[in-house]
Amino acid sequence: MIQLQIAPFDPGTLLSAFCKDRQEIGAVASFTGLARAEQGQTLALELEAYPGFTEGQIAACLETARTRFGLVDAYIVHRIGKIAPGEAIVFVATAASHRRAAFEACDFLMDYLKSRAPFWKKEIGADGHRWVEPRDQDHVDIARWETP
Amino acid sequence: MARVLLFGRLGDIAGWRDQVIEADTLTKLLGRLIEADPGLGEALKAPGVQVALDQVLVRGDRPLTASSEVAYLPPMSGG
Repeated sequence: MIQLQIAPFDPGTLLSAFCKDRQEIGAVASFTGLARAEQGQTLALELEAYPGFTEGQIAACLETARTRFGLVDAYIVHRIGKIAPGEAIVFVATAASHRRAAFEACDFLMDYLKSRAPFWKKEIGADGHRWVEPRDQDHVDIARWETP
Repeated sequence: MARVLLFGRLGDIAGWRDQVIEADTLTKLLGRLIEADPGLGEALKAPGVQVALDQVLVRGDRPLTASSEVAYLPPMSGG
């Protein structure tokens, strides 16, 4: 399931819900990304998505993860709108029969979300704002999955 | 005619994010946008700007209808 939402979320609640009532899943891995304050430089982040398109692009990546890692289920929640430092921006949980698949699929999905997912992110500081683009490290991270 | 959506910095440069514009192809639409706002035109021609027609990424020219939705997507930030 892929969910874009303006409202803050509690990652613990999402993880508990995702784990509930599973009989054949041996492994659930999860990742929560928090907004950094950057030593007070960032007062807030503002994330923009293209409703429908953004979910569709993430769904395509999820399908890749399903076939590549044998992922059984996944839950992706991404905030949009204004996000204060310390708040969770993204939550990814992956479910698989065994842990390696769950860990790897979670790692893969996060690398995709950080570098290629259709979001536009504005950092709002005391002296104005700037549009953020992926860091070099984000490109290196996603490239890891492109070589066999 | 098409509904035109601008995302990220493009919306800031144009001062609007959603507008209906008269044009029957993508090329004519781009021409119209450049003519109306050269600053936006420069930004639309910058490397890394992608075009989605009815939520599908496209390259080159395409015909537009009254129900077409054209989105100009600057380089994505990731989440």
